[in-house]
Amino acid sequence: MSKQPASTPLWEVFIRPRNGLNHKHVGSLHAADGDLALQAARDVYTRRGEGNSIWVVLSKEIIASDPDLSEENFDPSSDKIYRHPSFYEIPDDIGHM
Amino acid sequence: MYSQGLIGADSETEESEEFLAAFQARIDREEKIEPNDPMPQGYRKTLVRQIGQHAHSEIVGMLPEGNWITRAPTLRRKIALLAKVQDEGGHGLYLYCAAETLGVSREQMTEELLSGKAKYSSIFNYPTPSWADIGAIGWLVDGAAIMNQVPLCRCSFGPYARAMVRVCKEESFHQRQGYELMMTLTEGTDAQREMAQDALNRWWWPSLMMFGPHDSESSNSDQSMLWKIKRFSNDELRQKFVDATVPQAERIGLTVPDPDLKWNPEKNDGEGGYDFGAIDWDEFWRVVKGGGPMNRDRIAARTKAWEDGAWVREAALAHAEKRKQRMQAAKVAAE
Repeated sequence: MSKQPASTPLWEVFIRPRNGLNHKHVGSLHAADGDLALQAARDVYTRRGEGNSIWVVLSKEIIASDPDLSEENFDPSSDKIYRHPSFYEIPDDIGHM
Repeated sequence: MYSQGLIGADSETEESEEFLAAFQARIDREEKIEPNDPMPQGYRKTLVRQIGQHAHSEIVGMLPEGNWITRAPTLRRKIALLAKVQDEGGHGLYLYCAAETLGVSREQMTEELLSGKAKYSSIFNYPTPSWADIGAIGWLVDGAAIMNQVPLCRCSFGPYARAMVRVCKEESFHQRQGYELMMTLTEGTDAQREMAQDALNRWWWPSLMMFGPHDSESSNSDQSMLWKIKRFSNDELRQKFVDATVPQAERIGLTVPDPDLKWNPEKNDGEGGYDFGAIDWDEFWRVVKGGGPMNRDRIAARTKAWEDGAWVREAALAHAEKRKQRMQAAKVAAE
Protein backbone atom coordinates (compact mmCIF):
# COMPACT_ATOMS: atom_id res chain seq x y z
CA MET A 1 0.00 0.00 0.00
CA SER A 2 1.34 3.43 -0.85
CA LYS A 3 2.27 5.65 2.05
CA GLN A 4 0.14 8.67 2.89
CA PRO A 5 2.34 11.73 3.48
CA ALA A 6 -0.26 13.31 5.72
CA SER A 7 -3.91 12.59 6.23
CA THR A 8 -6.39 14.68 4.28
CA PRO A 9 -8.05 17.19 6.65
CA LEU A 10 -11.59 16.74 7.96
CA TRP A 11 -14.21 19.43 7.24
CA GLU A 12 -17.66 19.96 8.74
CA VAL A 13 -20.41 20.71 6.23
CA PHE A 14 -23.36 23.08 6.78
CA ILE A 15 -26.21 23.46 4.30
CA ARG A 16 -29.01 26.02 4.01
CA PRO A 17 -32.07 24.19 2.67
CA ARG A 18 -33.53 27.40 1.22
CA ASN A 19 -33.41 31.16 1.75
CA GLY A 20 -34.95 32.16 5.05
CA LEU A 21 -33.54 29.17 6.96
CA ASN A 22 -30.27 28.70 8.87
CA HIS A 23 -27.33 26.76 7.59
CA LYS A 24 -27.50 23.44 9.40
CA HIS A 25 -24.79 20.90 10.13
CA VAL A 26 -25.24 17.84 7.90
CA GLY A 27 -22.03 15.86 8.29
CA SER A 28 -18.36 15.93 7.47
CA LEU A 29 -15.89 14.93 4.77
CA HIS A 30 -12.19 14.83 3.92
CA ALA A 31 -10.65 17.25 1.41
CA ALA A 32 -7.24 18.79 0.83
CA ASP A 33 -8.50 22.40 0.77
CA GLY A 34 -11.62 24.54 0.97
CA ASP A 35 -12.37 24.48 -2.77
CA LEU A 36 -12.22 20.70 -2.91
CA ALA A 37 -14.24 20.47 0.30
CA LEU A 38 -17.01 22.59 -1.27
CA GLN A 39 -17.04 20.45 -4.40
CA ALA A 40 -17.14 17.23 -2.40
CA ALA A 41 -19.89 18.64 -0.15
CA ARG A 42 -21.97 19.42 -3.22
CA ASP A 43 -21.57 15.84 -4.48
CA VAL A 44 -22.01 14.08 -1.15
CA TYR A 45 -24.69 16.15 0.57
CA THR A 46 -26.84 17.82 -2.13
CA ARG A 47 -27.84 15.14 -4.62
CA ARG A 48 -31.58 15.68 -4.14
CA GLY A 49 -32.25 19.37 -3.75
CA GLU A 50 -31.12 19.52 -0.12
CA GLY A 51 -30.04 23.14 -0.31
CA ASN A 52 -28.93 26.29 -2.08
CA SER A 53 -25.87 27.24 -0.04
CA ILE A 54 -22.96 25.35 1.54
CA TRP A 55 -20.48 26.29 4.27
CA VAL A 56 -17.43 24.17 5.02
CA VAL A 57 -15.29 24.64 8.14
CA LEU A 58 -12.13 22.79 9.12
CA SER A 59 -13.19 20.45 11.95
CA LYS A 60 -10.09 21.26 13.99
CA GLU A 61 -11.02 24.97 13.94
CA ILE A 62 -14.28 24.35 15.78
CA ILE A 63 -14.19 25.20 19.47
CA ALA A 64 -16.72 23.09 21.32
CA SER A 65 -18.04 23.25 24.86
CA ASP A 66 -16.92 20.47 27.19
CA PRO A 67 -19.63 17.83 27.73
CA ASP A 68 -18.30 17.37 31.29
CA LEU A 69 -19.30 20.97 31.96
CA SER A 70 -22.75 20.66 30.47
CA GLU A 71 -24.42 20.66 33.90
CA GLU A 72 -22.84 23.91 35.04
CA ASN A 73 -23.29 25.44 31.58
CA PHE A 74 -26.88 24.55 30.86
CA ASP A 75 -28.71 23.38 33.95
CA PRO A 76 -29.07 26.87 35.55
CA SER A 77 -31.42 27.93 32.77
CA SER A 78 -33.97 25.31 33.78
CA ASP A 79 -34.58 26.84 37.25
CA LYS A 80 -35.16 30.37 35.92
CA ILE A 81 -38.80 29.90 35.17
CA TYR A 82 -39.36 33.69 35.37
CA ARG A 83 -37.71 33.88 31.94
CA HIS A 84 -40.77 32.23 30.44
CA PRO A 85 -44.06 34.00 29.66
CA SER A 86 -46.13 31.38 31.47
CA PHE A 87 -44.58 32.55 34.79
CA TYR A 88 -46.69 35.71 34.72
CA GLU A 89 -50.38 35.77 35.67
CA ILE A 90 -52.53 37.95 33.40
CA PRO A 91 -56.35 38.18 33.61
CA ASP A 92 -58.10 35.90 31.08
CA ASP A 93 -60.24 38.77 29.73
CA ILE A 94 -57.09 40.51 28.46
CA GLY A 95 -56.96 37.85 25.77
CA HIS A 96 -53.82 36.84 23.96
CA MET A 97 -50.66 38.60 25.11
CA MET B 1 -27.49 0.70 1.84
CA TYR B 2 -26.18 -2.55 3.07
CA SER B 3 -25.83 -3.29 6.69
CA GLN B 4 -25.64 -6.86 7.81
CA GLY B 5 -25.95 -8.42 11.21
CA LEU B 6 -22.68 -7.44 12.90
CA ILE B 7 -19.97 -10.03 12.36
CA GLY B 8 -17.87 -10.84 15.40
CA ALA B 9 -18.29 -7.90 17.76
CA ASP B 10 -16.39 -7.62 21.00
CA SER B 11 -18.61 -5.78 23.41
CA GLU B 12 -16.51 -6.47 26.51
CA THR B 13 -16.11 -3.47 28.70
CA GLU B 14 -14.20 -2.62 31.88
CA GLU B 15 -15.95 0.29 33.53
CA SER B 16 -17.38 0.37 37.04
CA GLU B 17 -20.88 -0.93 37.70
CA GLU B 18 -21.90 2.58 38.63
CA PHE B 19 -20.71 4.08 35.35
CA LEU B 20 -22.38 1.34 33.32
CA ALA B 21 -25.65 1.70 35.21
CA ALA B 22 -25.69 5.48 34.66
CA PHE B 23 -25.00 4.98 30.98
CA GLN B 24 -27.73 2.35 30.70
CA ALA B 25 -30.15 4.72 32.43
CA ARG B 26 -29.47 7.36 29.77
CA ILE B 27 -30.09 4.79 27.03
CA ASP B 28 -33.29 3.63 28.73
CA ARG B 29 -34.51 7.24 28.81
CA GLU B 30 -34.00 7.24 25.02
CA GLU B 31 -31.32 9.92 25.30
CA LYS B 32 -29.05 9.96 22.26
CA ILE B 33 -25.33 9.51 22.89
CA GLU B 34 -23.14 12.09 21.14
CA PRO B 35 -19.44 11.67 20.25
CA ASN B 36 -17.89 13.50 23.22
CA ASP B 37 -20.18 11.96 25.82
CA PRO B 38 -18.72 9.41 28.22
CA MET B 39 -19.47 5.89 26.99
CA PRO B 40 -18.34 2.36 27.83
CA GLN B 41 -15.39 1.06 25.81
CA GLY B 42 -17.54 -1.84 24.65
CA TYR B 43 -20.18 0.53 23.27
CA ARG B 44 -17.53 2.49 21.40
CA LYS B 45 -15.84 -0.63 20.02
CA THR B 46 -19.12 -2.21 18.94
CA LEU B 47 -20.12 0.95 17.10
CA VAL B 48 -16.73 1.46 15.44
CA ARG B 49 -16.87 -2.08 14.17
CA GLN B 50 -20.52 -1.99 13.12
CA ILE B 51 -20.40 1.42 11.41
CA GLY B 52 -17.09 0.49 9.79
CA GLN B 53 -18.51 -2.77 8.41
CA HIS B 54 -21.53 -0.88 7.20
CA ALA B 55 -19.42 1.79 5.46
CA HIS B 56 -17.16 -0.82 3.84
CA SER B 57 -20.27 -2.65 2.62
CA GLU B 58 -21.50 0.48 0.87
CA ILE B 59 -18.17 1.05 -0.84
CA VAL B 60 -17.57 -2.58 -1.85
CA GLY B 61 -21.24 -2.71 -2.86
CA MET B 62 -20.53 -0.25 -5.66
CA LEU B 63 -18.48 -2.92 -7.45
CA PRO B 64 -21.02 -5.62 -8.43
CA GLU B 65 -23.38 -2.99 -9.83
CA GLY B 66 -20.69 -0.80 -11.35
CA ASN B 67 -19.91 -3.87 -13.43
CA TRP B 68 -23.08 -3.19 -15.48
CA ILE B 69 -23.05 0.60 -15.93
CA THR B 70 -21.44 0.49 -19.36
CA ARG B 71 -23.74 -2.32 -20.49
CA ALA B 72 -27.11 -1.06 -19.23
CA PRO B 73 -29.66 -1.76 -22.00
CA THR B 74 -31.13 1.76 -22.24
CA LEU B 75 -30.12 5.30 -21.33
CA ARG B 76 -32.91 5.39 -18.73
CA ARG B 77 -31.53 2.30 -17.02
CA LYS B 78 -28.00 3.63 -17.25
CA ILE B 79 -28.67 6.99 -15.57
CA ALA B 80 -30.66 5.23 -12.83
CA LEU B 81 -27.84 2.77 -12.17
CA LEU B 82 -25.23 5.53 -12.20
CA ALA B 83 -27.28 7.51 -9.67
CA LYS B 84 -27.71 4.44 -7.50
CA VAL B 85 -24.02 3.57 -7.48
CA GLN B 86 -23.19 7.22 -6.71
CA ASP B 87 -25.62 7.05 -3.78
CA GLU B 88 -23.82 3.98 -2.42
CA GLY B 89 -20.57 5.91 -2.49
CA GLY B 90 -22.29 8.75 -0.63
CA HIS B 91 -23.70 6.34 1.95
CA GLY B 92 -20.22 4.97 2.56
CA LEU B 93 -18.94 8.50 3.17
CA TYR B 94 -21.74 9.44 5.61
CA LEU B 95 -20.96 6.28 7.55
CA TYR B 96 -17.17 6.67 7.58
CA CYS B 97 -17.72 10.16 9.00
CA ALA B 98 -20.03 8.80 11.69
CA ALA B 99 -17.37 6.23 12.66
CA GLU B 100 -14.68 8.92 12.70
CA THR B 101 -16.55 10.79 15.43
CA LEU B 102 -15.63 7.84 17.66
CA GLY B 103 -11.91 8.43 17.22
CA VAL B 104 -10.98 6.05 14.42
CA SER B 105 -9.30 7.55 11.33
CA ARG B 106 -10.38 7.09 7.72
CA GLU B 107 -6.91 5.80 6.82
CA GLN B 108 -7.10 3.19 9.57
CA MET B 109 -10.50 1.99 8.40
CA THR B 110 -9.33 1.80 4.78
CA GLU B 111 -6.28 -0.18 5.79
CA GLU B 112 -8.41 -2.60 7.79
CA LEU B 113 -10.67 -3.17 4.80
CA LEU B 114 -7.79 -3.75 2.39
CA SER B 115 -5.89 -6.04 4.78
CA GLY B 116 -9.02 -8.13 5.35
CA LYS B 117 -9.13 -7.30 9.06
CA ALA B 118 -12.46 -5.48 8.71
CA LYS B 119 -15.43 -7.34 7.28
CA TYR B 120 -18.15 -6.20 4.90
CA SER B 121 -21.48 -7.68 3.94
CA SER B 122 -20.99 -11.18 2.52
CA ILE B 123 -23.55 -10.48 -0.22
CA PHE B 124 -21.05 -8.53 -2.32
CA ASN B 125 -18.84 -11.54 -2.76
CA TYR B 126 -21.28 -12.97 -5.27
CA PRO B 127 -20.87 -12.20 -8.98
CA THR B 128 -23.30 -10.30 -11.25
CA PRO B 129 -23.17 -12.29 -14.50
CA SER B 130 -26.51 -11.08 -15.94
CA TRP B 131 -28.41 -7.80 -16.24
CA ALA B 132 -31.22 -9.28 -14.13
CA ASP B 133 -28.75 -9.38 -11.22
CA ILE B 134 -28.95 -5.59 -11.12
CA GLY B 135 -32.72 -5.90 -10.65
CA ALA B 136 -32.30 -8.61 -8.01
CA ILE B 137 -29.76 -6.54 -6.07
CA GLY B 138 -31.99 -3.46 -6.00
CA TRP B 139 -35.09 -5.40 -5.08
CA LEU B 140 -33.69 -7.99 -2.65
CA VAL B 141 -30.36 -6.69 -1.37
CA ASP B 142 -31.51 -3.09 -0.95
CA GLY B 143 -34.83 -4.42 0.31
CA ALA B 144 -33.06 -6.45 3.02
CA ALA B 145 -30.86 -3.46 3.81
CA ILE B 146 -33.93 -1.23 4.29
CA MET B 147 -35.38 -3.72 6.81
CA ASN B 148 -32.12 -3.49 8.73
CA GLN B 149 -31.60 0.23 8.39
CA VAL B 150 -34.99 1.71 9.17
CA PRO B 151 -34.67 0.69 12.86
CA LEU B 152 -31.07 1.98 12.85
CA CYS B 153 -32.49 5.49 12.33
CA ARG B 154 -33.44 5.22 16.03
CA CYS B 155 -30.03 3.91 17.12
CA SER B 156 -28.82 5.36 20.42
CA PHE B 157 -25.66 6.83 18.89
CA GLY B 158 -26.61 10.20 17.36
CA PRO B 159 -24.21 10.42 14.39
CA TYR B 160 -25.06 6.87 13.25
CA ALA B 161 -28.79 7.49 13.57
CA ARG B 162 -28.53 10.77 11.61
CA ALA B 163 -26.50 9.14 8.84
CA MET B 164 -29.10 6.38 8.61
CA VAL B 165 -31.92 8.90 8.21
CA ARG B 166 -30.18 10.27 5.13
CA VAL B 167 -29.42 6.79 3.83
CA CYS B 168 -32.99 5.54 4.28
CA LYS B 169 -34.42 8.54 2.42
CA GLU B 170 -32.34 7.62 -0.59
CA GLU B 171 -32.75 3.88 -0.32
CA SER B 172 -36.32 3.38 -1.41
CA PHE B 173 -35.49 4.65 -4.91
CA HIS B 174 -32.97 1.82 -5.10
CA GLN B 175 -35.43 -0.87 -4.23
CA ARG B 176 -38.12 0.47 -6.54
CA GLN B 177 -35.76 0.72 -9.52
CA GLY B 178 -34.68 -2.90 -8.90
CA TYR B 179 -38.23 -4.22 -8.65
CA GLU B 180 -39.31 -2.28 -11.74
CA LEU B 181 -36.36 -3.72 -13.63
CA MET B 182 -37.33 -7.28 -12.61
CA MET B 183 -40.97 -6.63 -13.47
CA THR B 184 -40.01 -5.39 -16.94
CA LEU B 185 -38.00 -8.56 -17.53
CA THR B 186 -40.88 -10.78 -16.40
CA GLU B 187 -43.15 -9.00 -18.89
CA GLY B 188 -40.67 -9.66 -21.71
CA THR B 189 -39.61 -12.72 -23.69
CA ASP B 190 -39.23 -16.23 -22.28
CA ALA B 191 -35.48 -15.72 -22.15
CA GLN B 192 -35.92 -12.50 -20.16
CA ARG B 193 -38.30 -14.20 -17.73
CA GLU B 194 -35.81 -17.01 -17.25
CA MET B 195 -33.06 -14.48 -16.66
CA ALA B 196 -35.14 -12.83 -13.91
CA GLN B 197 -35.96 -16.19 -12.28
CA ASP B 198 -32.32 -17.25 -12.43
CA ALA B 199 -31.26 -14.03 -10.68
CA LEU B 200 -33.86 -14.56 -7.94
CA ASN B 201 -32.63 -18.16 -7.53
CA ARG B 202 -29.07 -16.98 -6.96
CA TRP B 203 -29.78 -13.94 -4.76
CA TRP B 204 -32.58 -15.21 -2.52
CA TRP B 205 -30.56 -17.19 0.01
CA PRO B 206 -27.61 -14.79 0.21
CA SER B 207 -30.17 -12.01 0.86
CA LEU B 208 -31.59 -13.93 3.82
CA MET B 209 -28.04 -14.37 5.12
CA MET B 210 -27.61 -10.58 5.16
CA PHE B 211 -29.53 -10.46 8.45
CA GLY B 212 -26.74 -12.38 10.13
CA PRO B 213 -26.71 -15.58 12.20
CA HIS B 214 -29.77 -16.86 14.05
CA ASP B 215 -30.48 -15.13 17.36
CA SER B 216 -29.46 -18.29 19.21
CA GLU B 217 -25.98 -18.09 17.57
CA SER B 218 -25.53 -14.34 17.82
CA SER B 219 -24.04 -13.80 21.26
CA ASN B 220 -23.35 -10.06 21.08
CA SER B 221 -26.86 -9.30 19.82
CA ASP B 222 -28.27 -9.07 23.35
CA GLN B 223 -25.83 -6.38 24.45
CA SER B 224 -26.46 -4.39 21.25
CA MET B 225 -30.20 -4.55 21.90
CA LEU B 226 -29.70 -3.43 25.50
CA TRP B 227 -27.64 -0.46 24.34
CA LYS B 228 -30.28 0.24 21.69
CA ILE B 229 -27.79 0.07 18.87
CA LYS B 230 -30.08 -2.60 17.49
CA ARG B 231 -33.85 -2.50 17.89
CA PHE B 232 -34.85 -5.86 16.40
CA SER B 233 -33.11 -9.22 16.39
CA ASN B 234 -31.64 -10.80 13.25
CA ASP B 235 -34.43 -13.38 13.05
CA GLU B 236 -37.21 -10.83 13.55
CA LEU B 237 -35.85 -8.72 10.68
CA ARG B 238 -35.35 -11.75 8.45
CA GLN B 239 -38.96 -12.81 9.03
CA LYS B 240 -40.22 -9.32 8.17
CA PHE B 241 -38.20 -9.41 4.96
CA VAL B 242 -39.55 -12.79 3.90
CA ASP B 243 -43.13 -11.75 4.68
CA ALA B 244 -42.76 -8.56 2.65
CA THR B 245 -40.90 -10.05 -0.30
CA VAL B 246 -42.73 -13.30 -1.10
CA PRO B 247 -45.92 -11.51 -2.30
CA GLN B 248 -43.77 -9.16 -4.40
CA ALA B 249 -42.24 -12.17 -6.16
CA GLU B 250 -45.67 -13.74 -6.72
CA ARG B 251 -47.02 -10.48 -8.12
CA ILE B 252 -44.52 -10.58 -11.00
CA GLY B 253 -44.78 -14.33 -11.55
CA LEU B 254 -41.45 -15.35 -10.02
CA THR B 255 -40.96 -18.35 -7.73
CA VAL B 256 -38.99 -18.07 -4.52
CA PRO B 257 -36.44 -20.92 -4.63
CA ASP B 258 -37.46 -22.56 -1.35
CA PRO B 259 -39.51 -25.79 -1.42
CA ASP B 260 -40.22 -25.39 2.32
CA LEU B 261 -41.76 -21.94 1.97
CA LYS B 262 -45.31 -22.07 3.31
CA TRP B 263 -47.89 -19.61 4.65
CA ASN B 264 -48.43 -20.16 8.35
CA PRO B 265 -51.51 -18.35 9.71
CA GLU B 266 -50.32 -18.87 13.32
CA LYS B 267 -47.09 -16.92 12.83
CA ASN B 268 -46.45 -13.34 14.02
CA ASP B 269 -48.96 -13.66 16.88
CA GLY B 270 -51.71 -14.90 14.64
CA GLU B 271 -51.26 -12.28 11.92
CA GLY B 272 -49.71 -14.92 9.70
CA GLY B 273 -46.29 -15.18 8.10
CA TYR B 274 -44.17 -17.50 6.03
CA ASP B 275 -42.28 -20.52 7.28
CA PHE B 276 -39.13 -20.92 5.28
CA GLY B 277 -36.38 -23.51 4.78
CA ALA B 278 -33.01 -23.86 6.47
CA ILE B 279 -30.26 -21.40 5.60
CA ASP B 280 -26.86 -22.82 4.62
CA TRP B 281 -24.74 -21.26 7.35
CA ASP B 282 -21.62 -23.09 6.21
CA GLU B 283 -21.84 -21.09 3.00
CA PHE B 284 -22.36 -17.87 4.96
CA TRP B 285 -19.25 -18.35 7.09
CA ARG B 286 -17.19 -19.53 4.13
CA VAL B 287 -18.07 -16.34 2.21
CA VAL B 288 -17.55 -14.04 5.22
CA LYS B 289 -14.11 -15.55 5.77
CA GLY B 290 -12.98 -14.98 2.21
CA GLY B 291 -14.12 -18.10 0.39
CA GLY B 292 -16.86 -16.51 -1.74
CA PRO B 293 -16.62 -16.40 -5.52
CA MET B 294 -15.62 -12.71 -5.62
CA ASN B 295 -13.81 -11.92 -2.33
CA ARG B 296 -10.39 -11.61 -3.96
CA ASP B 297 -11.68 -9.54 -6.88
CA ARG B 298 -13.46 -7.10 -4.57
CA ILE B 299 -10.45 -6.44 -2.37
CA ALA B 300 -8.14 -6.30 -5.41
CA ALA B 301 -10.42 -3.64 -6.97
CA ARG B 302 -10.48 -1.57 -3.76
CA THR B 303 -6.71 -1.87 -3.35
CA LYS B 304 -6.14 -0.75 -6.94
CA ALA B 305 -8.46 2.24 -6.48
CA TRP B 306 -6.66 3.24 -3.27
CA GLU B 307 -3.18 2.87 -4.76
CA ASP B 308 -4.05 4.49 -8.09
CA GLY B 309 -5.56 7.42 -6.19
CA ALA B 310 -2.50 7.97 -4.00
CA TRP B 311 -0.86 10.51 -6.31
CA VAL B 312 -4.12 12.49 -6.52
CA ARG B 313 -4.38 12.70 -2.73
CA GLU B 314 -0.71 13.68 -2.46
CA ALA B 315 -0.95 16.28 -5.25
CA ALA B 316 -4.08 17.85 -3.76
CA LEU B 317 -2.40 18.20 -0.37
CA ALA B 318 0.80 19.61 -1.92
CA HIS B 319 -1.25 22.10 -3.93
CA ALA B 320 -3.22 23.17 -0.86
CA GLU B 321 0.02 23.69 1.07
CA LYS B 322 1.60 25.72 -1.75
CA ARG B 323 -1.46 27.96 -2.06
CA LYS B 324 -1.51 28.54 1.68
CA GLN B 325 2.15 29.60 1.66
CA ARG B 326 1.63 31.92 -1.33
CA MET B 327 -1.30 33.60 0.37
CA GLN B 328 0.71 34.06 3.55
CA ALA B 329 3.64 35.50 1.55
CA ALA B 330 1.28 37.92 -0.23
CA LYS B 331 -0.18 38.98 3.10
CA VAL B 332 3.27 39.62 4.57
CA ALA B 333 4.29 41.58 1.45
CA ALA B 334 1.16 43.73 1.70
CA GLU B 335 1.78 44.64 5.35
